[in-house]
Parts: sequence; structure tokens; C-alpha cells
Amino acid sequence: MVLKVSEIPEEEMMLSGTRLCSGCGLQLAYRWALKALGPKTIVTNPASCSTVCGGVGGYTPLKVPVFYCCFETVAANAAGAAAALKAKGQDKDIVVLAWAGDGGTYDIGFQGLSGASERGDNFIFACVNNQAYMNTGIQRSGATPYGAKTTTTPILGKQQMNKNMLKIMEAHGLSYIAQTSTSHPRDIYEKFQKAREFNGKGVRYIEILGTCPPGWGFPTDKSIELARLAVQTGYWPLLERIEGKLVISSPSKRYMDKTKRKDIREFLKGQSRFRHLKEADFKIWEDYIDGMWEGIRLELEKQGDL
Amino acid sequence: MPERKVITGNHAAAYACKSAGVEVVAAYPITPQSPVVEKISEFVESGELPNTQFVCVESEQSAISAVIAASQMGCRVFTASSANGLAYMYELLCWAAGSRLPIVMCIATRALGAPWSVWTDHQDAFSVRDVGFMQQFVESNQETYDTVLMSYRVAEDPRVYLPAFVSYDGYILSHTTMSVQIEDDDKVREFLPPLKHHLNLTDFDNVHSVNPVTPPGLTIRPEGNTPGYYEFRYSMQKAHEYSIEIVEEVAKEFGEKFGRYYGNGIYKSYQADDAEVLIFAVASVASESRGVVDTLRNEGLKVGLISLKLYRPFPIEHLRKAFSKAKLVVVFDRDVGYGVEGILCAELKTALYAAENRPKIRGFVVGLGGRDITADQLIGGVKLAVQEQEIPEVEKNTHVEFIGVHLEELGFKKEEF
Amino acid sequence: MVRTKQDDAFEKNVARTILASMQTPAVGEAGNTGEWRTMRPILHNDLCIVVKSGKPTCHLCWMYCPEITVSREIPPVFNYTYCKGCGICATECPTKAIEMVPEKEAPSCEGNEGGEF
Repeated sequence: MVLKVSEIPEEEMMLSGTRLCSGCGLQLAYRWALKALGPKTIVTNPASCSTVCGGVGGYTPLKVPVFYCCFETVAANAAGAAAALKAKGQDKDIVVLAWAGDGGTYDIGFQGLSGASERGDNFIFACVNNQAYMNTGIQRSGATPYGAKTTTTPILGKQQMNKNMLKIMEAHGLSYIAQTSTSHPRDIYEKFQKAREFNGKGVRYIEILGTCPPGWGFPTDKSIELARLAVQTGYWPLLERIEGKLVISSPSKRYMDKTKRKDIREFLKGQSRFRHLKEADFKIWEDYIDGMWEGIRLELEKQGDL
Repeated sequence: MPERKVITGNHAAAYACKSAGVEVVAAYPITPQSPVVEKISEFVESGELPNTQFVCVESEQSAISAVIAASQMGCRVFTASSANGLAYMYELLCWAAGSRLPIVMCIATRALGAPWSVWTDHQDAFSVRDVGFMQQFVESNQETYDTVLMSYRVAEDPRVYLPAFVSYDGYILSHTTMSVQIEDDDKVREFLPPLKHHLNLTDFDNVHSVNPVTPPGLTIRPEGNTPGYYEFRYSMQKAHEYSIEIVEEVAKEFGEKFGRYYGNGIYKSYQADDAEVLIFAVASVASESRGVVDTLRNEGLKVGLISLKLYRPFPIEHLRKAFSKAKLVVVFDRDVGYGVEGILCAELKTALYAAENRPKIRGFVVGLGGRDITADQLIGGVKLAVQEQEIPEVEKNTHVEFIGVHLEELGFKKEEF
Repeated sequence: MVRTKQDDAFEKNVARTILASMQTPAVGEAGNTGEWRTMRPILHNDLCIVVKSGKPTCHLCWMYCPEITVSREIPPVFNYTYCKGCGICATECPTKAIEMVPEKEAPSCEGNEGGEF
């Protein structure tokens, strides 16, 4: 069921005129996540491009309360906020959102996220994955995919694969895990609403692919198109894991069939960070995608969903 | 009804949390602080603290982060740590102070690695002197309990709004049982009413974000100008400066209500009135010095003690007055400002620079990493300082003197050089 | 200068007034970000699905605008005060009803200039 436009609230939790780059994917994700969670949301945000979005000095485009925190501490902050809400008896009506980038999630922020996940602290953790440390100037992160050039992998491109964060979070036994993309605002909206419905069931983890025009090297107007290509090539499946059970979201279902997937070259060639890749590199990407879908197929089969 | 218990310093800190009715606690175990965490867990699980949330975090960094967050939601919070755990919190300590959060945290003092040590010295507590917290040192478990309560009262005062450390010696207090009076909750509530925080992000009628990137200059907008980073830091320093009188005021009120006084709340003096020689120290070193004063008095030396309680803000005016009549001050530091000298000694020299009757000051380092401090060592230090006080070369010495370093037993012989 | 009681009173007031660095919500936090724009989106009503159908059906331009500068009205209205001119709306429009025009060649869009929604 596709959500009708009229079913989506018109009220925005973000105001126009932010400091983010033109065509920023993160901003779109932030806009839709906050729209889904509504005004009774408290956000905590570590060092990231979202901090820039929040504004410099005494004014902010964000209409919900945000408390900024140190790079590595977002999950612990959210845990503290959740504990405070519980102490005050407000945990039913206020939602805590930890909103981090891939650095604050995969790398420096990982310990806190893992700890809070294991404890079952009550908040939503969202990772806007733009696949490098964009805010400090496009340095490689644990989320940077194979081959991508960054300012710390300037010549060869990254020689390692990215961490499989979804698997890591799955291993923590979370009640709700989802992956979505800026190309699918409705999907973002619905997944954040669902994460909210899991209130009281520990950490809910949502990862969003956040396109970055300067970091990935593409024209600003292609921000959505590239995010969509990531989905259409099967590279970035939209999915959920609800109480451990894997569910492929409807826009990605068809890509179970390899022949329906677009060529990964379409995604890669649209970005200057991948311009140096050769046929052998494309093969690595293809194998990565095929392997991922094979894992998905096996799991769905085991669940009896195929 | 007040209750008298024979408890350790760690448990005294935990009981103080209970009496204060803290709402959120997050702490991570580290020797010698761990029993604080355990006792608070016990209070929460047994239902003795029914309205308290305990976040059993996976690190000190997360502990302080969680209490910072909870404080920003308007809650009274508590954490505790030692040495390396405290050092791991450093970034967040600055964050807590920079947001003017009335967090109270205990430090069960311990030497910092490397090499590993679990025993006491004051290096950890002094190493966080510049983060913006207030800091008090104590000499007994009762003083720990009382100072935690007083620290909440000061930290939450609208004229102050600063976080505060209460530092007690690892093992010497943390693991030693003493008789402690636990006060009646209602009476404590009269002294320490519920927190009225300047920050409460759960107030959705008045939505604000907090601690954004704050520029060097002001933010100039038609809606109103807002401060730059510099103004916030100016204000924090001023809050420190004027908090000294609040500490004194609160200590007086505490004494009137509960009958226990710790000097003037700023420092405790012992036999200081007519003293020609004053020992200056904190915490365990100060406790040890009390007997030393008695011994030296019996020998006819007019010795006294100034045991500093309030270390941050540094009570310069009080110290100028306290040392105005002394001819000689002997400072015993259980810490080193590496590359300079004992931290307390250096700070006292700074404080007395503009004093009218500036005494001579001789500093010694003692008892690092839990090395026993004996009365004889301190007596030796005082006597040496007295004997050599008129020797100009000694006064000009820039080499730090350690008492109780055993080098001869390791084969080092001065006569060989 | 010798300090006076007035200095104390003044500083105490600052210390208890300037506390944590706080923000209040405001539009245009980064200024009029429309000034960043080099290309301006122009809507051709005759190609626009919502204009033609008169129903709130498509609105992809509203949905995909990161800056929230396209309204969900019929016809959609651009907020040129803050539109950064990224061109996502033009690229994503299924009927190519939005054209990106270089700023200096853009027709004056009276009634669309500025304003908040």
C-alpha cells in the first residue's frame, strides 16, 4: 500500500534556509524522519553534518529540541535521556531519537550503540550513512564502500569493504531494524513511524543511505536518482527486521530476481569517487551484491517466506 | 529518623545519593570506586530508590554522557569514577561544565597509569581541575556524605549552576568503615529541595536546542542577539568566582541544620590560630598531618594545619587570610604537576603572590601511587623546612623534592657521583 | 580600575543569566539561502500533474525538496528566498514540468519572491 500524499501530514519539523549543501540527501532524510516522529521528539546528535544542519549560534531550523553531544556518545546520551523520561513518567509520549552519521555509528560511536542495544535502552537510533566523514572533509569511514576515493584514500580508493552494520545490529537482537534510502521518503516516513510503535522495546535501528553531492562527486540534482539507483541495482535493499524476522520492503522485492536489477555500473559511474574503478572492481561489487541477496534468499527460505 | 551506620566511604557516597533522591544514576565500575555502583544498584533493585533509574553503562564515557543527557531533561543525577575512568570521561566533563549542568560526581582518588596502580593519590582529581567543575576534598566518610549533599545544594543554586566533584581517597576512605549519620529524608529535603533546573528539554511549550556549534562572535538576528562561545566561558568563570560565598553560606546552613561543620566550608584549620608554621594539604594527607601537628606542638614547635576543602574554585582570598600570620608554609602534595612542582604548592604560591605578608613556601611530594605516608616523613619534612627556611639557595631551588622514595634499596648510591 | 560593588552585581547577573548555549527555531538560520542559487526552478503549469488533474496526487517536487521550498499547493509554489537551486525537483518531475533556468535569465517571478510557508 503506497501512502497517499494527503495521508502525510503537511507539518514540517524543519524550517527552510539551513546551512547544508545544495541537494543534500541527509537533509531530506532528517526532514522525513522528524515528520514521521512528530513534535514530541527529543533528538540527540553527535558531531556530523546534521550538527551543521542544526545551525550555528542561537537559532536553528529544527523545531524539535535537539541536544548536541560529543562524537562518540550519542547512544549513551539517548540512553540517559530515555532513563530520564522514564524517571519522569514521560517515556510513553516522548520519543528519543539518536541521529548520527556513519562515523558516529560504525566507528567512534559504536561502543555506546552496542552497549545501549544490549541493555535495551528505549530509543530510536538512526544512522544517516553518507559513507564517509563528510563533515570533516570526506575522509574514509568504516561505512565507506570498496573502491571509493576519499581524502584519506585519495589515490587507490578504499581497499576494504564496509562493515556489515545491519548484521552487527541483528546480532544484538534488536526488536526493529530497518534500512531505507533518501530516494524513498514514504519508506523513511513509514519506517520511523513503525520504529516509534516499538516504543518500550529497546533500541530500534534505522539506517538511511544519505547521498552527498560533494562527497560522492555528482551534480546536486542527481541526489535522489543516485539513491534510487542504489536500490534498483540491488546494492541497497530496503528492508526491515521485525523481532528478528526479515522482511524485504515492497520497492526492493523485485530485486530478489537478479535479472531485474540494474547494472551496478550505472550507480558507480555517476560518481567521481568511483571514476577510477576497473572491470575487476565492478566484479567485486557485483559479487558483493549477489552474495548479499543470496544470504537474503536463504534466510527468507528458512523463514518460509519464499 | 536519622540512622547511624558503620559504612565505607563508597557506601557513604551511595547513601548520599539516596538521601538526595537522585533520579538518574549511570556509572561504570573501577577500583576503588566500584562499591558505589554496586550499592546504588542494590538500592534500585531492592526498591529503596523507587524513583531512580540506574543505567548500567558499558564505559565511563557513557556513564557521564548518560547523566549529562538526563540532567538536560531536568533530572538530578549522579555518577562516580576514579583515575583512568575519570580520564576517559575528560571530554564529557568539559561538556557538562560548559552546559552548566548541576551534576554531582564522586572521585574515589587513585593513581593514574602507567604503570597500573589501583592505590590512592590525588593526580586524577587534580588532572581535571580545569574542566570547569567545582571540587571539594574530604577527610572522612561522614564528610563524604555531607559534602555530596552540600554539593548538590550549591551546584543547583541558580546563582551557580555548575557541576561538582567530591573527592575522597581510594581505599583510605573508599574501603574503610567509619560511623556515618544518615539523615532523615524529610530533613534532607528541607535542606535540598527538588531541583529547579535552568534546562529541561522535555518542556515542549518552550522548545530549545542546546549546545550547538557556537561561534566566536555573537549571533546577530532581528529576533535577538545571542552569546558567542566567549561569553559562555566568561559567565562560567564568573559563576566560579562568586560560588565561593555560596559554598560558605551552604556549609553554614548545613551546620545549623545537621550540627556538623567542616571549618568554614572552604578549609578546615587545626591549631592554626597561633601557628608560625602551617601545613597545607588536602584529604588523606591533611588527615595524616593532624597527628603530626600534635607531635610537633609537644616538641614546642608552633605548627598548625590548613586542610583545603574547596579546591575549585580556588579560594584565594580565604587562603591569603588563612596564611597571613604564618612565617612558613609546608605543602604536601600527593600529586605532581609534571615539569613544574606539586600542584597544590604551585597554586598556593600563585594565590599568595599578592598577599601582604607572604610566607615562605616549601613544597614536598608524598605518597604517589598509594605509597604509605608516615607521620615521621611529614614530621621530617616540616622540620627540614623549619631548619632551612633562612637559606636563600633552598628557597630558590626549582627541583621538586619527593619524600619517601626508596632508591638506595635499588642500588643507587649518591656517593658514587 | 578598583573594583566596586557594582562590578560584583553586574558580573553575578551575567553568571546567572548566560548559562547553556541554547537555540530557538527560526526560518533562514543560514540566511537567505536562495542567494546561493545559480539555477532557478520554473514550473510549467501546463505540464504539471497536480495542476492538470486539480488533485493532490503527485507532489514529488514537494516530497523530494531537501530544503522544504516547494509547497504542497495546486499549483506548487517555490520559495525562492531559500531555494538553493539544487535541481532535484526538475530531475524528479515525472512530466518534466519544472525547468531549471539560469538565474540571470530567469523571468521575474513576482508573487513568488520570499515569503514563508
